[in-house]
Amino acid sequence: MALGAPFRSRILSHRLLMLLAEVAVPTVAIVLWWVLSANSTSLYFPPLSTIMTSFRNIWLFSHFDSDAVPSLENLAAGFAIATVAGIALGLTLGLLPILADAVAPTVEFLRAVPGVALLPAALLLLGIGPEMKISLIAYGTIWPILLNTIDGVRGVDPVVVEVASSYRMRRQDRILRIVLPAASPQIVAGMRSALSIGITVIIFSEMIGSTNGIGFQILSAQHSFAVPDMWAGIVLLGILGYLLNLAFRGFESYLLRWHRGMQRLARS
Amino acid sequence: MTKADVMTNSLVQANVQPSFPILAVSDLSKTYQVGNNLRPVLGGISLRVDRGEFVCIVGPSGAGKSTLLRCIAGLLAPSSGTILLDGQPIHEPPPKLAVVFQDYSRSLMPWMSVAKNVTLPLRSKGYSKREQAERADEALSAVGLTDARSQYPWQLSGGMQQRVAIARALAYEPEALLMDEPFASVDAQTRSDLEDLILGVRDTFGMTVLLVTHDIDESVYLADRVVVMSGSPTMIREEITVDLPGPRDQVSTKLLPRFAELRAHVMTLIREDRVKGL
Repeated sequence: MALGAPFRSRILSHRLLMLLAEVAVPTVAIVLWWVLSANSTSLYFPPLSTIMTSFRNIWLFSHFDSDAVPSLENLAAGFAIATVAGIALGLTLGLLPILADAVAPTVEFLRAVPGVALLPAALLLLGIGPEMKISLIAYGTIWPILLNTIDGVRGVDPVVVEVASSYRMRRQDRILRIVLPAASPQIVAGMRSALSIGITVIIFSEMIGSTNGIGFQILSAQHSFAVPDMWAGIVLLGILGYLLNLAFRGFESYLLRWHRGMQRLARS
Repeated sequence: MTKADVMTNSLVQANVQPSFPILAVSDLSKTYQVGNNLRPVLGGISLRVDRGEFVCIVGPSGAGKSTLLRCIAGLLAPSSGTILLDGQPIHEPPPKLAVVFQDYSRSLMPWMSVAKNVTLPLRSKGYSKREQAERADEALSAVGLTDARSQYPWQLSGGMQQRVAIARALAYEPEALLMDEPFASVDAQTRSDLEDLILGVRDTFGMTVLLVTHDIDESVYLADRVVVMSGSPTMIREEITVDLPGPRDQVSTKLLPRFAELRAHVMTLIREDRVKGL
């Protein structure tokens, strides 16, 4: 492998460059924001330094436990329920095409109702506790998971199905070791869109019907003209969203490493 | 892989008893419904395969060879006729049969390692994890793939992937192996290697093989008996006993005048039919 070493080091330096660029762009943006807003006297766009002071005062860490943690917990619970129920229902419907066709119009109707539109009803029925938020998140996020699971299950290669029957595989092996993994790229894609819907729903539900949470903090800061506090909450949302996405990408690249590998091979 | 060792044993199998067939197909027909039209594909096929025999079914593409194989595998219900395996009628995929499909890239699970692919069918057989692993190792070493056990199938070449599929079939310990155009998707060199591999495997494991192909040379080279199918709906044109000596060799066997005669005979049968078809 005489040719390998310089080639590899070129790849490495390319990666390093990309990493630098990824760090550089947001750094430049933050520095610009900092400098341009430094002398701002606008009530609505306070200097970044002021926002950061609010951020430190509120979120590091006096309100983190009381407001950020419940938001994240509710999001996690709702998302988990939607994932489990969406995959289980999707498997059933995907394997039983007749049933899937029968419920398709109903599913399309329910899916067309945005989760946030049900907030008034959810408030009436469930109050302002965590149950309401968790239910609303589960409702809002289940659709992409359910529909992608159905699609993924229906798209399993018929050759693989023939292999499974010719080797007399047990039903649980067929489902857990063939159908689910075969459908997993689509299921995970559904989960990714569900996660961003979930963040929207949790913030919105906290703004309207809650006494705590990040959304509640943002809106109540705005109501009391504490504009830097409002921006601080928005910054926190950005950071949390970024971290959640990063974590999800890690989960995805682990679970679908075979799929990524195949795609890389097909491209090369 | 000690292919040479395996090859020297190949006359052991010559001593089979033809009296009780492992597979008996009688008057099998299959008709597909395409819209409002009925399209007969198989028109009354009768076929016997003896224990330990290597039978090749050869015929032009689209002649219903795969349909016949799928019926025998229990994957497709025939429209009429019977299939007996060891005297038992087939209604579902029988445990004594293993199928090797043509398209290895689709028949292997890309999310599982080579070893997991091979052990997957063993899970329903009640073996312990250790027994499963042992059987997989044995089968993988029989096809010369011990080193690839922890790789993903798609990381291997086409020929190696088809060897994984063969190992999966062997680990299942069937009495008969059904192969549907198993070497049609690999290059010529790999193809002849795989042909010799399957001859060796047949000898070591004393297995019955029923192989479908559209390649006339391949059918004559591999088989004890060639079944020529043609027509629409497909019928058996002729069954030809291949009286070539074993062990077969890609160079010397194919140089034999008898090989050329048999090959020419099969080709004539298939071409006659194609001319008629025009």
